[in-house]
Amino acid sequence: MSSDAIDQALAQSGHLPGGLLQVLHGIADRLGHIPPEAIGRVAAALNLSRAEVHGVVSFYHDFRSEPPGRHVLKLCRAEACQAMGSEALAGALERRLGCKFGETSPGGAVTLEPVYCLGNCAAAPSLLLDGQLRGRLTGERLDRLVDALVAPAEERA
Amino acid sequence: MTHIVYVPIDATARSVGADDVAAAIAREAAARGEPVQIVRNGTRGLCWLEPLVEVATPAGRVAYGPVDVADVAALFAADFLRGGAHPLAHGRTDDITWLESQERLTFARVGITDPLSLADYREHGGLRGLRAALSAKTGSDIVEEVVRSGLRGRGGAAFPAGIKWRTVAGAPGPQKYVCCNADEGDSGTFSDRMLMEGDPYVLLEGMTIAGLAVGADQGYIYLRSEYPDAERTLLAAIEAARAAGWLGRDVLGSGRAFDIELRRGAGAYICGEETAMLESLEGKRGMVRPKPPLPAISGLFGKPTVINNVITLASVPIILDRGGQYYADYGMGRSRGTLPFQLAGNIKRGGLVEKAFGLTLRQLVYDFGGGTASGRPVRAVQVGGPLGPYLPESKFDVPLDYEAFAAAGGMIGHGGLVVFDDTVDMALMARYAMEFCAIESCGKCTPCRIGSTRGVEVIDRIRKNERRGPNLALLRDLCDTMTHGSLCAMGGLTPAPVLSALEHFPEDFQR
Repeated sequence: MSSDAIDQALAQSGHLPGGLLQVLHGIADRLGHIPPEAIGRVAAALNLSRAEVHGVVSFYHDFRSEPPGRHVLKLCRAEACQAMGSEALAGALERRLGCKFGETSPGGAVTLEPVYCLGNCAAAPSLLLDGQLRGRLTGERLDRLVDALVAPAEERA
Repeated sequence: MTHIVYVPIDATARSVGADDVAAAIAREAAARGEPVQIVRNGTRGLCWLEPLVEVATPAGRVAYGPVDVADVAALFAADFLRGGAHPLAHGRTDDITWLESQERLTFARVGITDPLSLADYREHGGLRGLRAALSAKTGSDIVEEVVRSGLRGRGGAAFPAGIKWRTVAGAPGPQKYVCCNADEGDSGTFSDRMLMEGDPYVLLEGMTIAGLAVGADQGYIYLRSEYPDAERTLLAAIEAARAAGWLGRDVLGSGRAFDIELRRGAGAYICGEETAMLESLEGKRGMVRPKPPLPAISGLFGKPTVINNVITLASVPIILDRGGQYYADYGMGRSRGTLPFQLAGNIKRGGLVEKAFGLTLRQLVYDFGGGTASGRPVRAVQVGGPLGPYLPESKFDVPLDYEAFAAAGGMIGHGGLVVFDDTVDMALMARYAMEFCAIESCGKCTPCRIGSTRGVEVIDRIRKNERRGPNLALLRDLCDTMTHGSLCAMGGLTPAPVLSALEHFPEDFQR
């Protein structure tokens, strides 16, 4: 499966001048992460060294080397959201999910990541849940969102 | 008669339920047998009223907001389709003071049209700038019109756009590029996003004009990955523009070629720095390049390259349409034209205010913004993103003009304002500035890469009252090294918020 995804991403963007990021996005969009075997395959196809590909994967926040949880929740932690109380939400999320930012909750439901500005600064605080933007968050709204992501059985376990 | 109802498709409106509201209106209309056509427009920029629903009436568009799904039945009961009275009604949209007192040049169509409708674009003045550019005798006539307008780069550095174009036009070589920097990463800014989602064709038109001016046939838009809605809109707009012959090998039948490719960034703030953006566009780590050479001489793939941000390029069509002088008649001093200011953070009425340069922070924060959302006193405003200083109320009356504002210790940057109330701990905000720099530094130069981490540690010691005096001196010394020793604005300006917090809010470092 991961082999197909790599082939498809290369077929789609491999011809673009300087298109390495687009190829990696193609893989990440399909698999959620950049698996280790992708590094050599992409390097060979684009006539780059493995070090160059690895260097790009490790530089950008968007490219994970490990598969994410079933959902990816990115909470904005930049200034405009901080001015509206995002840091309290950040703490509550870590406690609720039982993981720190940059980690996945123990049951594998949610990968929690920070993001620095979603451009929703006039409706702060904001988050991106599986690519969907949510604004004007409150503790209560956030609780309801997380309720829908984390199955009750999993939380008890 | 079919009623036309506008429900914004802008990401901010969608983030607070616009899709559900549009669906509820469609359902309720069907149940009541009212023929309704729902248009998903851009946002008017009155973000605190989103989702802002508008209804076309013989007297003009009438606004209701913020509309929740639960309000929809009551709106129908109040006959909102014919402009009926309701507690959420704001009267004619164009008469709302907040909007009526603006000078919308770049954002003239945003919120009014269907963003992807080619017909709407043409009917509302679109393509006139491009046609004027195509009828110009030479590229340099286009360049000189932009020089005359006084337009300066809206991304933050405020370099005169026409002068930059002149350099690219004069650089030798058959292959040149136009790169649009759409990596709008500064917190408190969203004008690029609003424009790309609300009027994408104006950006494509501006880039095409830039291509004609300097002799480039290929454009790239480098869009940050945090803007998935803008990506969808731009991809659809590029495809539609190609199909209509606005882009491609024969732009509007002129025989001139220009095409645009969208490239998605990957979550690195530093790629908003123009040379890091070029590296990223070339498929590399977003490491800052030393200058010279200027990108105008040796830019993307080593070729002469125009790099401007979204708002700069989107301001070009009206300049070509109305003439440089028309644009230059707005503004003050050397800051000509208008700037879309963005009111964000802890503010009662947040959103987009496009005004000529020369108004003050006080007007923006209080007259437009209405003070804080929390109702508490305003303590600080950060202008110009994470690299901009924090300003106290004593600076609120300085006119927003690049030079005058800089002389008062501010930085207009991308025009974003983040408002904080009196609960903010400015020592923590200073720490965050260093922390953000440590997270986002590209690592090329030492002052930025190491200095930011040391900065976090020193501020932590100050906050814990460990040898506070010497550590405060050390922090200033470190800021001096970063300011003068960094390769780009990331490390060079990170001290600005730190030092401004120390200067204006010293009590927060003494707790």
